[in-house]
Amino acid sequence: MTKGARQPFRTAVLILVWGWLLMLVLAPNLLVVGTSVLSRDPAEFIRLPFTLDNYIRLMDPLYLDVFLHSLYMAAVTTICCLIIGYPFAWALSRVSKRRQTLLVFLLIVPFWTNSLVRTYALKLLLATNGLINNALLAIGVIDEPLTLLYTELAVIIGLVYLLLPFMILPLYSVFDDLRDELLLASHDLGAGRWSTFVHVVVPLTLPGVLAGVLLVLLPAMGMFYVADVLGGSRNLLVGNVIKNQFLDARDWPFGAAASVLLTVAMAVLLFAHRLSRRRLGEEGG
Amino acid sequence: MERVIARWLPRTYLTLVYVLLYLPILVLVVFSFNASRTGYQWDGLSLHWYESLFNNRAMVKAMWNSLWLALVAATVSTVIGALTALALHRYRFRGKRMLNGMLFVVMMSPEIVLAISLLALFLLIGMQLGFMSLLLAHVTFCLPFVVITVMARLSGFDERLPEAARDLGASDFTMTRTVLIPVIMPALMAGWLLGFTLSLDDVVVSTFVSGPSYEILPLRIYSMVRVGLKPEVNALGTLLLVFSLVMLMLSQWILMRSKR
Repeated sequence: MTKGARQPFRTAVLILVWGWLLMLVLAPNLLVVGTSVLSRDPAEFIRLPFTLDNYIRLMDPLYLDVFLHSLYMAAVTTICCLIIGYPFAWALSRVSKRRQTLLVFLLIVPFWTNSLVRTYALKLLLATNGLINNALLAIGVIDEPLTLLYTELAVIIGLVYLLLPFMILPLYSVFDDLRDELLLASHDLGAGRWSTFVHVVVPLTLPGVLAGVLLVLLPAMGMFYVADVLGGSRNLLVGNVIKNQFLDARDWPFGAAASVLLTVAMAVLLFAHRLSRRRLGEEGG
Repeated sequence: MERVIARWLPRTYLTLVYVLLYLPILVLVVFSFNASRTGYQWDGLSLHWYESLFNNRAMVKAMWNSLWLALVAATVSTVIGALTALALHRYRFRGKRMLNGMLFVVMMSPEIVLAISLLALFLLIGMQLGFMSLLLAHVTFCLPFVVITVMARLSGFDERLPEAARDLGASDFTMTRTVLIPVIMPALMAGWLLGFTLSLDDVVVSTFVSGPSYEILPLRIYSMVRVGLKPEVNALGTLLLVFSLVMLMLSQWILMRSKR
């Protein structure tokens, strides 16, 4: 169709939208990929020749340790969110509809409020003379304060605290769609509770689980301020490494390579999510 | 017995998790009114930290900077986001799936990936880091959220209305202005409020794309909380939380009212 020429409004809108996304999303991301295969330059940030050295350096034991530690903390965070969030989402979907509106609202609040401020609020609880230690000392459970702040545990607590709603919301949406009739049918066909859970509930909620994992695992590797505020200098996330390379060490190609790694991880998770939904769609009809 | 457990266990569990989610916020708010200097012991009620906050000129300046940035970023992203949503909803064009895909990627990718890509772009084109770079970055990460808010509103919309307007001779622009904009108005307001809040709260992207010429609130907080506890942050955090909560409630109210 040649409508474009006769519709100046349509043309203008499309140019604006495409222009913005190409300039500020596509081009910058290509730049990062490009940077990741260039060499470091102390003055101009980057220079030729092309090299894969940055990716090889990611495997350097020094950084590999940091990455694996970060991945470990992110994985533990994700598992904790899943263990807390799965039964939570199920229970939430079984509450009366009127209460659900309020309860879901209470889950969205964290999304709208400053996560740095909430990370800092955790500090008030976890500090050596913070509320948790004071409370435990007061009731005599412990004799001297526990070291909670600036530990791996503090980082994981912080990440779980910030990211739990992002696990719960997609899970809630799949549980909300789960029809009671299906569970009854499974029961009528002779399946026990466990069997119903494994063969009916788990497959039907799998897309929600994967969406939740996607929304928790990647941010858990990138949220550098959580590690900064709660973790001290030894519990770094991939985000801290990228930030240090870009803002302090000025080794852009290496930081860019680490960022490409995160993007690839995201792509893999997105693909798994799509696959699970498609499989479900085929089985369902 | 079993029925009692089946009834109360889920409720107890829900309550427990909500208490844990809200406890730190509650502690922060209570402590913002604490007279104590050290920040751990309770020394009685005081508005001291609020006072010292507003007497700190650099802090007040950063506050105004942040509010102005959020205002402009939310407005620009609402305009562009609304136009994008309308285009995706109404037009067939080449690369529509790619456009959708790019918005999705912006929403899903870790903020830090977006942040360094924009930093690389700004330095490549030689842009001074400051208000303009912050604005471009904030609009970019707010955009997908506005688009999905408006798309959600458009998806439940009677397609015959715009057709009727066209049949009556309205141009595309006139039809959009007189038919579509009023329909999506609640979503525009909700999207604007969300964009404003996201911009006001952003730490990750701003850390990379801000310069010394334009200091904003989240980065000031960030430099304050990295080491130790600062009672002023309790007060400032409380103000930000209350502000965000009001924005959220406003947005929910607008969307709920429009459904009736």
